[in-house]
Amino acid sequence: MIPRKPNFIKSGFFVVVLTIVSFINSSAQDGKALFNSKCASCHQIFKDAVGPALMNLEERGKWADHNEILKWANNPTAYMAKDPYTEGLKAKFGSVMQAFPDLTIKDVDAIVGYIDQQVADKNKAPQTPTGETTAPDNGHNAVIFGVISLILAIIALILMQVNSNLKKLSDDAENILRPDPVPFYRNKVYIALLAFILFVVGGYYLTKGAINLGRQKNYEPAQPIFYSHKVHAGINQINCLYCHGSAWDSKTAGVPSVNICMNCHKAITEYTKGPKLFNEEQQEINGTAEIAKLFKAAGFDPSKPNAWDPSKAKPLEWIKIHNLPDHVFFSHAQHVRAGKVQCQTCHGEITAMDEVKQFSELSMGWCINCHRETKVDFNYSDSTGNKFYSIYEKFHNDIKAGKMDSVTVKDIGGLECQKCHY
Amino acid sequence: MSESKYWQNFGELNDPEGFQKKNKDEFREELPFEDFDGKLLGAKSPRRDFLKYLGFSTAAAAIAAGCKIPERRIVPYANKPENLIPGVPKYYATTYVQDGDVIPVVAKVRDGRPIKLEGNELSSLTKGATTARSQASVLDLYDTYRIKFPVQRAGDKFEEIPTFEQADKLVASALAGVGSAPVVLLTSTLVSPSTQQVITEFLAKYAGSKHVQYDGVSYSGMLQANEASFGKKGIPSYNFQNAKVIVSLGADFLGTWLSPYEFSTQYAKGRKIDEKNPEMNKHYQFESYLSMTGANADERFTHRPSETGAVALGLLAALGGTVSAPVIADAKLKAGIAKVASDLKANSGKALVVSGSNDVNVQVIVNAINNTIGAYGTTIDWSLPVNYRQGVDKDFADLLAQMSSGGVGALFIYGANPVYDYYDADKVKSALSKVKLTVSFTEKYDETTQLCNFVIPNSHYLESWGDAEAKTGYISFQQPTIYPLFKTRPFQTSLLKWSGNNTDYDTYFKNYWVTKLGSEAAFDKALQDGILESAAPAIGILSFNTAAVTTAASAIGSAKKGGKKELVLYQKISLGTGKQAGNPWLQELPDPISKATWDNYALISTATAKELGVKLDMDYEYYPQKPVIKITAGKTEVELPVLVIPGMNADTIAVAVGYGRTDKLGKAAKEVGKNVYQFASFNGTTIDGFSTDVTLANTGTKYKVAQTQIHNSYENRTEVVKETTLASFKKYPEQFKKFREELAEDFGTSADGKTEGDYRVNGTLYPDHAQPGLKWGMSIDMNACFGCGACVIACHAENNVPVVGKREVLRYHDMHWLRIDRYFVSDAKNPDDLKTVVFQPMLCQHCDNAPCENVCPVAATNHSAEGINQMAYNRCIGTRYCANNCPYKVRRFNWADYTGADSFPNNQDQQVVGKLDEVVTEQMMDDVTRMVLNPDVTVRSRGVMEKCSFCVQRLQAAKLDAKKEGRPLKDGEAKTACQQACAGNAIVFGNAHDKESAIFKTREENENRLFYVIEQIHTLPNVNYLAKIRNTDEIIEPANHEEAGEEKHEPAKEGAH
Repeated sequence: MIPRKPNFIKSGFFVVVLTIVSFINSSAQDGKALFNSKCASCHQIFKDAVGPALMNLEERGKWADHNEILKWANNPTAYMAKDPYTEGLKAKFGSVMQAFPDLTIKDVDAIVGYIDQQVADKNKAPQTPTGETTAPDNGHNAVIFGVISLILAIIALILMQVNSNLKKLSDDAENILRPDPVPFYRNKVYIALLAFILFVVGGYYLTKGAINLGRQKNYEPAQPIFYSHKVHAGINQINCLYCHGSAWDSKTAGVPSVNICMNCHKAITEYTKGPKLFNEEQQEINGTAEIAKLFKAAGFDPSKPNAWDPSKAKPLEWIKIHNLPDHVFFSHAQHVRAGKVQCQTCHGEITAMDEVKQFSELSMGWCINCHRETKVDFNYSDSTGNKFYSIYEKFHNDIKAGKMDSVTVKDIGGLECQKCHY
Repeated sequence: MSESKYWQNFGELNDPEGFQKKNKDEFREELPFEDFDGKLLGAKSPRRDFLKYLGFSTAAAAIAAGCKIPERRIVPYANKPENLIPGVPKYYATTYVQDGDVIPVVAKVRDGRPIKLEGNELSSLTKGATTARSQASVLDLYDTYRIKFPVQRAGDKFEEIPTFEQADKLVASALAGVGSAPVVLLTSTLVSPSTQQVITEFLAKYAGSKHVQYDGVSYSGMLQANEASFGKKGIPSYNFQNAKVIVSLGADFLGTWLSPYEFSTQYAKGRKIDEKNPEMNKHYQFESYLSMTGANADERFTHRPSETGAVALGLLAALGGTVSAPVIADAKLKAGIAKVASDLKANSGKALVVSGSNDVNVQVIVNAINNTIGAYGTTIDWSLPVNYRQGVDKDFADLLAQMSSGGVGALFIYGANPVYDYYDADKVKSALSKVKLTVSFTEKYDETTQLCNFVIPNSHYLESWGDAEAKTGYISFQQPTIYPLFKTRPFQTSLLKWSGNNTDYDTYFKNYWVTKLGSEAAFDKALQDGILESAAPAIGILSFNTAAVTTAASAIGSAKKGGKKELVLYQKISLGTGKQAGNPWLQELPDPISKATWDNYALISTATAKELGVKLDMDYEYYPQKPVIKITAGKTEVELPVLVIPGMNADTIAVAVGYGRTDKLGKAAKEVGKNVYQFASFNGTTIDGFSTDVTLANTGTKYKVAQTQIHNSYENRTEVVKETTLASFKKYPEQFKKFREELAEDFGTSADGKTEGDYRVNGTLYPDHAQPGLKWGMSIDMNACFGCGACVIACHAENNVPVVGKREVLRYHDMHWLRIDRYFVSDAKNPDDLKTVVFQPMLCQHCDNAPCENVCPVAATNHSAEGINQMAYNRCIGTRYCANNCPYKVRRFNWADYTGADSFPNNQDQQVVGKLDEVVTEQMMDDVTRMVLNPDVTVRSRGVMEKCSFCVQRLQAAKLDAKKEGRPLKDGEAKTACQQACAGNAIVFGNAHDKESAIFKTREENENRLFYVIEQIHTLPNVNYLAKIRNTDEIIEPANHEEAGEEKHEPAKEGAH
């Protein structure tokens, strides 16, 4: 079985990403942003977290009326005094929701819209994203070519031997005296040929090896805490940006600080419901013990949650997996926010990884390939896309004239040295 | 008609051919091997060993790299501050205050480290202007030679005091031991209102105590003259923008006088030209040496320092004052005074006279002149007196006498350093020894601090709270941008503690302002803006008292006449009074006039050079060894190298103060220059910054001075600068444009004879680079560039440009991405008859048809779709072909590991290519110092070429911000560091495709002055210049363009050999 090329997966993802992006209407997008900024720290859509799951919210009696939701969210304590249902929620979850006095009815509509959309999407498309199966398999062809070349080379060798033997026979027949033919392993032509082939092949592998120095695809170090992305981002569907929020604004994606972990883990003190966890050596991991490591750093005692002083927390030292050389400028904000690239495009199926490993090569060729193919969120005449690109008059004209149908990162200078090296 | 000649140094002037020959190469030496001659064969590592090492090290490196991935850690916050995003800079408004300079700035803080300062554009005083020194002050924060903890004297050494509590106790008991003798607080000019209150409270605690302000270079002449003329001991505000005629009597108001950052902005307004109606202010300068301001003057007249009073008096007499005109022997000077006087008369109410003299009498006369020409109420504003110079020389002289007689019990020193910058340092030293308790609040072990009993280190201003009231009602704030790096404490806290108040200054400051402003919200707003300005009052006048004029005139009349030679002290824009002498960026900043770095020297005239037997031949100019002379005035003497400068007064020599500092300030100050403050003298009221009788002797020895001007030669291309007079510009407005049009005609002719006129496409064999979206462009107005060098330091800070040290500058290895070329314009026959000096900031021109790009064998330098000539450091293999082929000489090669960036320690061994100065290897490579580096810009390692990138990291950041918000880029969002630093707003930058942008409009509105440097060789630069116009009546006939015609064949000739 020949492994699939990253390109192939990437393009598959890209298609899916584009589809999703183009389908979600604008209010759902606002809803997403609102959901992530207001709700996601305590609520999930499909599961109870710090607060109840928000799936099928409108089917819970009063909540069918968005105005009621608004009233509740604007001032939960006052609402609860008159409402036994929410009082029950308090009993179940142990705390009252924080107040959102600045929320408007439009916001509530947008958030509920987003939740419904997510639920609908989940019901509609349970299959995981797969790319088109018709993509050309270059690896396979290479092997076939190699085998054919080898066979042809052997045939050529045999034919040459046959030729020399025949020549010897004919010479014998005509009584021409020639010295004994040199055996092929002492034939200088053969030796030279072999040396040349060895030089080329050896050189190829040496160069390839040298290029790979310092690269670390599939690097999967053991982290100080066995933190499972599968449990957090996969099963519990925590949005990537909840922890790696800097990716939206900054060049670095950022590793969450202890206080972000503690937002949820103040309530989640043990690992019981999820699947069993195994490390690389297939040893079973005790999730609760791993959470306890976090508590140790945070200085948190789960038996006395109210006595916790966050200012005493100590930072955790994680091991860096993705290392770019210092002369490379890479901005997450450019890719995630401006370029609308999904995290998984470069980091792989992170929702299925327990401990994270480096999915991509992070080599310049890998970057460049993507820049060659990726289409820019161009500002087309129907005024979709990023208005930043409205200044590219020439491309607008070319699109109008039908000379080009889309603009790739390459077209706007994405292959230039000083886009990344300065 | 006189013929103008443009030249940069005497070698070029006197022996152009020899100079050309010597200076032909981009890099002077064959290979930079020092002390290696003849040792190669006898070296300890012969060839075979070398090969063995080579093989071994390659193998070792491969194995080392291949074995294990080095483990790198990420340490996130324990509790992330709410508004902080790692990797995104934050900006905090604060204020640079030093020696009375008050510059509101905005500090860029990346992940908790301030790394760059910009001017605060909200300030109506500075309007975002900065200076070289304020730009460089961020490096002072990370200075490893700062005092790291409180200390007390124990014999000859200082011992650490473990805590501030202990220090407080020790000082308290020492204070108790002083008894009833008064406590004196000695500071430099203080502009902080809250500190003033702290001091008042402190003084109230100690009977008989007082506060004395002392400035190394004082303005007490002005303060006292204004007291005599107006009854107010103060300095008014000057409005250079309202003046049509500006006369400066030795005031370097664009460089170092009073508030140059403010004046540059105002002055530039009058220098910029509207082409439709070309008018500009007229600037006359009377001075003894060639100052930066003098270099920008329209007409200059020189005189001896002792004649300053006579010139002022002569001017007043010519204006009809009731004084008798003194005898002035020099005919040119005399004619000049008459001319200036008539011009002033004609522009009454629109004229301004300023004087740099520290003599009360001279300043009184200047006040009388300003009164006569109606300057008060128009160009001089008494409604806004300035606070930034308050030191009175007499007060300090009295204090010294009091100290010497044992009349001072305790002396607390903050900001003042009289042991270094007082003319009679020995007297200060002996007076200090008579004081029982001396405490210094300082950042570094300066000369005075070294003699104190206690040192309570003060925090750097970027670590402190504070305020500054530059002018009454114009307050700017300081706020910490980083937690104090060392165990330091604001000196106000110490004063509070020692006056029995247990609040620290941080709280005190906040309470002070919250009470004053009424609410915490108002305080927060003021801090956020960094400034708090009351509404500008109507321009004010004070009644002028003429009584003092007569006395002043007679005092000037009887003033001592000068001897054969006179000496004048001046300040350089880089070091000023010398407070920041430990700053390597400033030490390496070339002086605008002499282009010298890392030294002070005696500026002498060509006449004096002849007398001293200094021949101005190739050897003088080409080799850095300059003759050393001994200067003697009474008992003081000093030996200094000479630099011959045109436009000096024939019998005056000028030496910069601020050098010869203690090596305790760091490696940057070690053995750099000589202290010359001792040449000043006290005249009973004020300190005169000159010496009227010095003798000079050629010692016959030589000393190396590291100058940068002749490093790069344009191979005799004289079209580099374009300059003319206002009269000629009015007569021939299209002379520069015509040159460009003719080029287009020449190159635009197609094969069939039809003129196409597209110089851009037809002038070259290479294909044209398309710019589909943005196209960055820069315009530099040479009329608004005064040579101050703020841009050069801003570029240092923004782009991690390394400091190379004196030894490397001597070998032409300076690394400045942006340099300011200086051209003397003089009569072709008489170089001393200086017409003007042209300053031309020279940086990578980002040519659209770049000669450097075509010759790079590895395509490390190439062109971007936005018009930037890009340099990929990691691709560069160091052939230096590009630098050799660059007609502008703006590429810089890392000959050695100046930054400590090399990953292999053996590469950092500089023994073979020559030792680097300690300031590079120890000070700049220190981990604390390296905190100043901009994390968005690569730190270049040895062996690569580098050059101006148009601050591409800023452009990318601005574009990303626009993309994030999904909107087009707005004009002015992307600014280069040099543009932002410029006080004269000489630099305009932006997207040249955007028809609404400032750059597009500037180019459109100034088409008659617009030129590209050596445009005829078809480099198609993206940087244009606006020709310099000086305001004189001389008519210069435009050169016929045959010269240009010859020019264009030159590149081909060059390529042939």
